Amino acid sequence: MIDYDLVVVGGGPAGLAAALEAKKNGIERILILERDKYLGGILQQCIHNGFGLLYFKEELTGPEYADRFIKKLSGTNIDVKTGTMVVRINRKKEITALNSKEGLLFIKAGAVILAMGCRERTREAVRIPGDRPAGIFTAGTAQRYLNLEGYMPGKEVVILGSGDIGLIMARRMTLEGADVKAVLEIMPFSSGLMRNKVQCLDDFGIPLLLKHTISRINGKDRVESVIISKADENMSVITGTEKEIPCDTVLFSVGLIPENELSREMGLSLDKATGGPVVNELRETEVRGIFACGNVLHVHDLVDYVSEESEIAGRAAAAYIRDGLERREREIIVERAENINYIIPQKISFIDREREMIKFFMRVKRPEEDVRISIADGENKKLASYKRDLLTPGEMLVINFPEKLIKDNTEKIKMFIEKERR
Amino acid sequence: MPGKDIICILCPRGCRIKIDYNVDNSSVSNITGYGCQKGLDYGLEELHNPSRIITTTVRVKNGELPLLPVKTERGIPKDLIFPVMKEISNIEVEAPVRIGQIIKRNLLNTGIDLIAGRDILKYNGDEFPDKKKKGAEAPVIE
Ligand code: SF4
Repeated sequence: MIDYDLVVVGGGPAGLAAALEAKKNGIERILILERDKYLGGILQQCIHNGFGLLYFKEELTGPEYADRFIKKLSGTNIDVKTGTMVVRINRKKEITALNSKEGLLFIKAGAVILAMGCRERTREAVRIPGDRPAGIFTAGTAQRYLNLEGYMPGKEVVILGSGDIGLIMARRMTLEGADVKAVLEIMPFSSGLMRNKVQCLDDFGIPLLLKHTISRINGKDRVESVIISKADENMSVITGTEKEIPCDTVLFSVGLIPENELSREMGLSLDKATGGPVVNELRETEVRGIFACGNVLHVHDLVDYVSEESEIAGRAAAAYIRDGLERREREIIVERAENINYIIPQKISFIDREREMIKFFMRVKRPEEDVRISIADGENKKLASYKRDLLTPGEMLVINFPEKLIKDNTEKIKMFIEKERR
Repeated sequence: MPGKDIICILCPRGCRIKIDYNVDNSSVSNITGYGCQKGLDYGLEELHNPSRIITTTVRVKNGELPLLPVKTERGIPKDLIFPVMKEISNIEVEAPVRIGQIIKRNLLNTGIDLIAGRDILKYNGDEFPDKKKKGAEAPVIE
């Protein structure tokens, strides 16, 4: 059995930032396990720019953002095993992994950081009927073919879902000479960032059809056409509104799911809303010394927030290893109102007199305008309140909550969003 | 009077900025709908000089990867996006490549250079991960 102070599962943006931060906080024996051939994760295929505005205060492409962390890593003694797949982690922090050079590996870790990222929902996840010909991809798979491997996925394209990868791929395929016929979105609003809608669709005259979906895919060997239909507010197809669009390629950009097979096998409870493990403010899961950060925890819209969150986990893992964490006698549960989709962290477990703020990441269920986000204690006494002009499900909301508002006997805090009274 | 509608992309609010202007001297006569100074500046820039940074890939010879991500160092005028893409599609570079290296100077006389977006090492022969050898035999597992 190989022995490490810290094992980081995943060498994407989350794993890289977490490992570097743990190193910075004095941890010496760190190992990163990455199943792909290279570090950097999904960033390596995200060749567009727009990364790093918050974290580096400059605009970078995905590979450039990854390179900053990879270069920093190469100046350290952090060990990296690429091409290595983790197949099991148990609660005693024993990890089973394998690769083609060393075969089966057994690793014992002092602390573990889960940074496995997320994967795409597929056609099957949204149950689109019809034939099963070639030419149907998730947007991210098409992105990998085009940007990393050099294959053009198709020429006449219809994209289902207005998630950011779908919008980015609409532009990318157009630049490479494809005819992107339309992007369909079943909801009444786009789920991607405004800048992507403008710069990827409007710039090229690609129509975004809201409240529309694909009701059938046609084609024998290759996709030949899709039938599109209007959808009602229950996301059901309205019969009689069908229209056929000839195309040879369909891309699905219908959401991302945190990749938590390893967490589930370990018996960690997952939050239904995030799809990731339940964590406290230091991103520690139910098992002490096992942390989670990045998209395995909840799907972020900006990698900058992934880096920031992963540094929290990296610092915490370092403190855990040095036995420097002070736990509260009773954890504080974070509750949310109906119109909030999720809040990270789900609980507060530590006492930390040094920190001034606890940062909450959250998402609303529906767009909300002119609102106040309020935090109250168990007796419904308002502790803090923040005004926001506009909240959308596509943009993560970040709230800084002052530590000093937490009292020793606080058992829970509640967050809710109300219309601003004028 | 001609007008232009611009959606500001600088924050999630997505203000719809309306600009009226005179064609003769291309002076702006009226601009409304922006929510802040940043949006006003953005609207005027989009009216006078809309440009976009292009990010794409070029082919790599003898590299450990077949493609190199590249970007234009600054925004390319919007109407030159497709001509510039055409120009870039003819480029092939020889590995190794370093991030930040200039891949092509002065694209279509714009004065704007094309920059490498990552390191790509020379293919060292023992593994060619992202390009399968044609006709290679499938491994036999006993
Ligand atoms: S004009 Fe200002 S408030 Fe409106 S979208 Fe742009 S940056 Fe946001």
